[in-house]
Amino acid sequence: MLHRFSQFVVGCTVLLVLAGSLVTSTGSGLAVPDWPTTYGWNMFTFPPSKWVGGIFYEHGHRLIASSVGFLTIILAAWLWLADPRRWMKRLGVAALAAVIAQGVLGGLTVLFFLPDAISTAHAGLAEIFFCLTVAIALFTSRGWIEAAGGADDRMLRAVATLTTALVYTQIIVGAVMRHSGAGLAIPDFPLMFGGLVPDHWSSAIAIHFAHRVGALIVTAAVLATTAHVWYHHRGQRELMRPALLIVGLVAVQVTLGALTVLSRRDVAINSAHVVCGALVLASSLVITLRSWRVRFAEVRLRPDTTNVRTNAASGFRRVAAGEGRPV
Amino acid sequence: MRLRNVWVHVLGVALSASVAACGGGGQESSAPAATAKPAAGASKIDPSTAGDIKGTVTLTGTAPKNEPIRMNADPICIKQTNGPQLQETYTVSSDGKLANVFVYVKDGLGNYVYDPPAAGIKLDQHGCRYTPHVFGVRVGQPIEIVNSDPTLHNIHAMPKANPEFNNGQPIQGMKMNHTFKAKEVMVPFKCDVHGWMNAYVGVLDHPFFAVSKEDGSFEIKGLPPGDYTIEAWHEKLGATTQKVTIAAKDSKDVSFTFDAAKAAD
Repeated sequence: MLHRFSQFVVGCTVLLVLAGSLVTSTGSGLAVPDWPTTYGWNMFTFPPSKWVGGIFYEHGHRLIASSVGFLTIILAAWLWLADPRRWMKRLGVAALAAVIAQGVLGGLTVLFFLPDAISTAHAGLAEIFFCLTVAIALFTSRGWIEAAGGADDRMLRAVATLTTALVYTQIIVGAVMRHSGAGLAIPDFPLMFGGLVPDHWSSAIAIHFAHRVGALIVTAAVLATTAHVWYHHRGQRELMRPALLIVGLVAVQVTLGALTVLSRRDVAINSAHVVCGALVLASSLVITLRSWRVRFAEVRLRPDTTNVRTNAASGFRRVAAGEGRPV
Repeated sequence: MRLRNVWVHVLGVALSASVAACGGGGQESSAPAATAKPAAGASKIDPSTAGDIKGTVTLTGTAPKNEPIRMNADPICIKQTNGPQLQETYTVSSDGKLANVFVYVKDGLGNYVYDPPAAGIKLDQHGCRYTPHVFGVRVGQPIEIVNSDPTLHNIHAMPKANPEFNNGQPIQGMKMNHTFKAKEVMVPFKCDVHGWMNAYVGVLDHPFFAVSKEDGSFEIKGLPPGDYTIEAWHEKLGATTQKVTIAAKDSKDVSFTFDAAKAAD
């Protein structure tokens, strides 16, 4: 049940990322000039008849964010009360702290007229919060608890961790590009001003160029990860599924990036590019965490399958030290 | 313990910043600037010697098409207007005369003191557009910003030399006053609710400016004799300058021509 709820939080967070990307894609970030109020109303009593133009996106983003914040409170409390793993309790608190900080950053960026630094930090923390929810969903899954996919492969750990770090860095570069208005600084694709590299430079062109180069690096890293899983862990579905998924997602993501430029930043394409980037990061994170699964062996827990002494909320039961196998 | 103190300070600074930022959302967004003291040796213009500048602004080449406005984001805006709506970027007459060009004395004014402006300027939000689209204002002169629409607007000014502001006017009839305290050409205004709404104001520390009318004409009156640089500014076509010498009681024709081929994206 806890796992199902954490999956639900992940789904809501994807929706929140989409709402946030729509705010920036439509240029609606300042359509509601005040915070935490909305045109002087309490956020939750602002009349739906007034959700027009850019307000629809900005106010909608705030409401979805508030809902995700509320769900995160429940998730953190649930973990605290029902999950016997101390580090999981802390992970729940970390997720709660992240979503609160994220809300404050969102408010500050409105009050200070969307400065690049705060807006980029808001985008960066969004991905970290999303990763936390994904990690919690993974750690509460039966597959994780039963140690499935627990390959002890040093090379896989290295390449997967590096890939995740590269994907996150690429997202941050993309956020800088997005919030500094450099999305069309290089207006053509696949060439750049008609050549393989730009024939002139500015800070905006440099950021845009870095994002394109980053896409190549990330694609190479993802292919390396997937190839490693394919050759060494083909029999492990828990690794193969996200490894194949991420290849497909990267293909879609590169296509969306190209179409964002070619369509002159079409709102739907641009927003889908942001969401797909988050999904690439989540997929890479899952592979990475599963590659590190063997290092989580100290926690003495096992899923309850006997319905005896079950903690109904979590599906876990605590076992005495030395009892049962470590998972 | 030391780390905790750091966090307490960071939290304190963040909260202070938030409170300070929240405090800026009032309708009276800026107090009228105090009347600047004239510089030593400043004199008033002698009206008996003052001259005029007249002229027209022309656009050569094929005028770019104005972007269509999709008002379906707000049904109230659609009700306020009739038929398809276009941006006002290129307001060009059939004979190529260009409106909404801000013309002003950029350089050459001596050490003069000017009478304070007689009244404020009204910037109206009506039909989900700003009226006027381009205008000039003196430093310290109040701008009365009015929401005449039965829908909500936010007024977001994005100056460089003056403080930025973004205020909401959710109810029809709401008004606010704002004064700019530093000269700046131009300050863009936008409504983030209705992304097509934009306006531009030129803020100057003297009264010698005008906006070209629909026939492209403009007139700047009461200039003291002297050598001046006159600039004409358009939101997409950029700025161009001319030198002109005004003798006592002189009237000079200073016309500007913009090339449509140089329009920015």
